[in-house]
Parts: sequence; C-alpha cells; structure tokens
Amino acid sequence: MTDPVEVVAPQSPGVVFWTQMKKSPLAIAGGVLLGLFYLLAMLAPFVAPYPQEEMDRTKYFHPPQGLHWIRADGSFSLRPYVREERLVDVGSFEYQEDPVRELPLRFFVRGEPIYILGVLPTSLHLYGVDPPGRVFLLGSDSFGRDVVSRLLYGSQISLTVGVVGIIISFTLGLLLGGIAGYFGGFADTVIMRITELLLSVPSLYLIIALRAVFPVDLPSRQIYLGIVAILAFIGWAGLARVIRGLVLSMRKSDFVTAAEALGFSRLRVIARHVLPNTMSYVIVAATLSIPGYILGEVVLSFLGVGVQEPSASWGNMLNQARSIRALTTFPWLLLVPGTAIFLTVMAFNFLGDGLRDALDPRRVSGGKA
Amino acid sequence: MTEATRTLLEVTNLKKYFPIKKGLLSRTVGHVRAVDGVSFAVKQGEVLGLVGESGCGKTTTGRCVLRLIEPTEGSVKFDGQEIIGLPFSEMRRLRRQMQIIFQDPYSSLNPRLSVRRMLTEVLTVHGLANGAAARERVGDLLRLVGLSPSQADRYPHEFSGGQRQRLGIARALAVEPKLIIADEPVSALDVSIQAQIVNLLRDLQKEMSLTYLFIAHDLSVVEHISNRVAVMYLGKIVELAPSLDLYRSPRHPYTVSLLSAIPSHDVTHKKTRIVLKGDVPNPAKPPSGCRFHPRCFMAQPVCAVEEPPLREVAPGHCSACHFAEEVSSKTPAGV
Repeated sequence: MTDPVEVVAPQSPGVVFWTQMKKSPLAIAGGVLLGLFYLLAMLAPFVAPYPQEEMDRTKYFHPPQGLHWIRADGSFSLRPYVREERLVDVGSFEYQEDPVRELPLRFFVRGEPIYILGVLPTSLHLYGVDPPGRVFLLGSDSFGRDVVSRLLYGSQISLTVGVVGIIISFTLGLLLGGIAGYFGGFADTVIMRITELLLSVPSLYLIIALRAVFPVDLPSRQIYLGIVAILAFIGWAGLARVIRGLVLSMRKSDFVTAAEALGFSRLRVIARHVLPNTMSYVIVAATLSIPGYILGEVVLSFLGVGVQEPSASWGNMLNQARSIRALTTFPWLLLVPGTAIFLTVMAFNFLGDGLRDALDPRRVSGGKA
Repeated sequence: MTEATRTLLEVTNLKKYFPIKKGLLSRTVGHVRAVDGVSFAVKQGEVLGLVGESGCGKTTTGRCVLRLIEPTEGSVKFDGQEIIGLPFSEMRRLRRQMQIIFQDPYSSLNPRLSVRRMLTEVLTVHGLANGAAARERVGDLLRLVGLSPSQADRYPHEFSGGQRQRLGIARALAVEPKLIIADEPVSALDVSIQAQIVNLLRDLQKEMSLTYLFIAHDLSVVEHISNRVAVMYLGKIVELAPSLDLYRSPRHPYTVSLLSAIPSHDVTHKKTRIVLKGDVPNPAKPPSGCRFHPRCFMAQPVCAVEEPPLREVAPGHCSACHFAEEVSSKTPAGV
C-alpha cells in the first residue's frame, strides 16, 4: 500500500494547536505581553526603584519625568538622564524643570534591601538616580509615592487575583458541573438551580454584599484572600454551567459510547475520554474570564473596600484619580493604572480568542467539510 | 452455514419506552415507544440485516442489545446467557464479546488519541497484549482493515471518512468479539466508499466467522451481506425472512414499498415506485390496529382495528400483515 502523504509527520493535537496559533499574531502578542507583565510582577521589588509605600513629602503630584539624551550644553549623553524639577506653585502643584540639575539614570543601583521572588535578599534595583535626587518616570501620587513602584507592586495583586480566583472557581466549576452533567437527575437539578440563583443576582451587589460579611480593616493579605474568595464564589456558577453542558454532550457522543461498549471503567471513560475533550473549552473559558476577576478587584478597591492603602493595587491607584481635579491636573494618576488594566484585559481577550480558534476541536477533528 | 449452528443472540419481546416529560416538575405525560416488542434470533456466523426508516427504532434496538441503553422490558440472551439485569462488572467482561460499529465515523473516534494509543488502550485494558506485543497487534489490526501500520501514529482528523470507518472497525475487532452490531456503518459515507466498507465487513465476517447484526435504512445495502433480513416499522418488526425470499417475494406492503425505492439500473424492467403517503406516525401515539395502515396501499377496514401478529407465512418467512399471502401476488404497478 503506497500512501502519498506517508512522509508527512503525524499532526498531534499539539502540532495542530501551534500551527493554528501562529495564524493569530494578536493572540501571540497578547500572550507575550502577559508573559512580560507577569515577569515584571514577579520581579517587582527589583524593577521598582522604591518601596511601594515610600513617600517624599516634598514631591506631591510630581509629573512624569522625561528621559533626555541631549545635555544642556548641547552635547550628547549615551546615558539617559532626567532633570530635577522644583515645585514652583504649592497651590496648583506646578513643577518646573531645572535644566541644569541633571540626574543621570543609573542601572543596578543599591537601594532599599528587598527580597527578589520573596527569597533572594539583595539591595540591587534595576534603575535609580543618585540620592538625594528622585526619579519619577511615571510621576508621583498625592503622597509623593513613585507611581512606577506602586504599579509594579500593585500588579502583584491585580494580576494574581485573576489566576488564583480562576483556579478556585475552576475547581468548583469542574467538580460541580462534572457531577451535574455526568450523573444528571436530582444532583443536576439542585446544582443548576443554585447556579441560576447566583447568576440572577447582579454581580456588583453580590460582590459588595459579600464584602460586607468581612470586617473592613483586615490585614491586606487577608483582604486579598477575601477578594479572591468572593470573586471565585461568584465566578464558578457560569463555568459550572458550561462544563455541565460539555460533559452532557460528550456523554452522548459516539466515542464515549464506544469506550463504554469496550468495557472501560467509568473512571477511565471520564478521565481519558470525556475530560480531555472538554479541556480546550475550559482553558478558553478560563482565559476569557480572568479579566472579570481583575476588574472585580479594581471595582472593590475603587470603592475602597478592596486592597487597603498603603498596599498598592491597580484598583486603589485608580481610586486616587476619582476627582475632576485629578483628571485635569494629574492625568497620569488615571492613565497609568488605566492603561495597565486596559492592556491586561485586552491581552487576555486576544489570547483567549486565539486559544479558542486554535483549540477548537471541530477544527482539530477535521470536520466533515 | 448449517442450520444446526447454535443461536448466538436471542432477543425476546424487547421494549424501550422513552418518557416524555413536561412542565416544571417533569411529569411524565407519555412515552415514545421507540422499540415495542421486538423479537429475533441471530445464529453463530450469521448476518442479520435490520432495516427501517429513520426513527423506526433500529438503532435503539442495537444499543439495547449491547445495554448501552437500558431496555424497558424484554430479554436479551447472548450465548445462552441473559444479559439484561447483569451487574455492571459482569457486563463489562461480556463487552469483549460484543462490539459496535457506529454510523458517524467523525464522532466515533476520540480526537485526542492517536490510532496507536486508541488501539493500545483497548488491548491493555482487556489484558490482550502489552508492550511490543501490543505494537505488533496494532499493526496487524490496521493491516486487517486495509490500512498501513505506518499510519498508527496519526490522529483521527488526518484520515478520510472511509479510513475512519476502518479505524472504527479495527477498534471493534481489537477485542476479538463474537458479535458485531454494525449501526448503519456506511450511511454517512460516499457511495463509492460504501461498497468498499461493506466488502471489508463481509470479508472479515467470513475470515473470522463473525456474527453481525447489520443495521441500515436501505434494503440495497444489506442485500449483499445479510443471510436474513428483518424490516422494522415504528418499533416493531413487520417482516423477517431469508434475504433471497425477502427480495424476491416480499410478504409485507411496507417491504414492497421499500424495495420499490431502490434505484434500478435495469431500464427494460421499469419498476413503479411506490411513494408512501404521509410521514412516519408519531411513535408516542402509534395508529390503532396495524401501525402501517394509514400509509398502506392495501389497507382494509380490519387493519385499523386489529393488530396483525408476526406470523410465519412461508418456511422461515414471517410477516405481520393480515393479507401477507396476497402481497407477493399484488403488483405494485396496480396501485
């Protein structure tokens, strides 16, 4: 038997996935961007020039400093520098650049002692300027704290809340949705009515009501866990319904019937034949619902019941930009965390869309066409 | 094939009613009688064709025989052993001996498993082969169904419909079954491929002395492979006869109409096509008397009142028609 396509390597689902994934550059860009964000979040203490709560009481609402390469005398400097700015009007927080006071940007400088990844003690920071000068590449906030540092430390909370939350609601949803779909009957009815109950209450009210259960002034670690728990509690219902539907349709499909006809045990049928075929949907659903968790944290922190000052999160950074004055005079307070949230949410959505296209089992199975 | 061979599968008065549920509390308001008292027997090494329109219950019958659907009532004896009511664990051991081939070659293969992993799983679960022996056996199975062992590492989506159906057959054969229920194995395939698969199934049946229950919705497909044919209508068998008898002298008007629907390439003997009136009735509310009477071209007043039993009208030829004796003489052209 001669087969003309004999030489072509077998296309495993993994190979098909990558071929499809390469076709959507936006999804790859989203993935790369997220990878970068999570790397920065992990290395936040090292990348940030200052601790997140360090204040400079002489530099409230300091505008972002520009990087310069041309010195005042017209000569070129390979090392970028920032110019020191002085407060000229205390009332309106107007700063003026001092063209002579140049602060060259130095890399791998000694600063506050930190722990990289929580274990590696060092006092090295990625960049900084010679003290007593200060660098505010993205400006400072109402307490004179560096926005770059707060953004990086805040990302540790804002970016992980989605992932940890999805792991919890994923587990709940997979377990309960799987039970409902596989066993059907009474269990199905009870679980599905509970999910409908959860889904029928407007989620914002539910979030706030649940938040009211916890005391307002908790240590920030406990508040963080509380937020994750609340968001996961709200999020599992949607996922459970999707998984229940998937399991239900899988159970009726011929290849599962074939596995049963072959005398495989129930556990083997579920673990080897039903669940692997729901995974692609679940991964996509999870990716697309992470932004919901991120925004949920933002909402809670914006309302002042989320992560408490002085700990930073993207939500409570936005909280500082609530007034009209902040919007008009100190726009970086809105734009910096706003852009970070926007980019993260968009990146997750693009990645999710790309994953959905690449993991679509109808495409993997070839389809009838 | 001798008449003395033993009966491998005996189905008696098999019924499957699906409840119709309505309302908030899911009250059962009625039943769809998908299979309503079906009896037949298949001998060792025999091929029994089971033919009927969509929705007549032939697939449900096949699944009930394997207990992939739990029948409502009736008995299924496999090799003399009653399998209805058998505990799950014992049923699992029996499954090695009876396999199923599906209609849709696209949905019947797990897209996440390569051919080798799919077949190896079957072999190891049943302890038939391991390691190198399993590797060998996978190659043998692929050769057996006309594929190349070099294709073992491919995934289902890389195969055509006909090839996938061959993979489905290979999977069924992996456990060395005695009985294979072929559930419309060629209905979803191109006509050119249909013949190949039917021929493959026939060759395998002869080589391995397999027993088939061959389900189809088209009499022409089962003609070449079946020893006997059963025709189903609305959950009941209306005619059961050796193939040759059934095709030459049908004894039920429904069979006559099905036969007339087979396209003929014999232009000199132009057949008159009998187009049945109306649709298949709702199996939740079957017609009174003979279930076929509203669409029958021979219907008499008695047909609406009295249900004809399946009776032997000629040796080995059973028909469920009050006027079975008149059917074969009645030419469809006279209608």
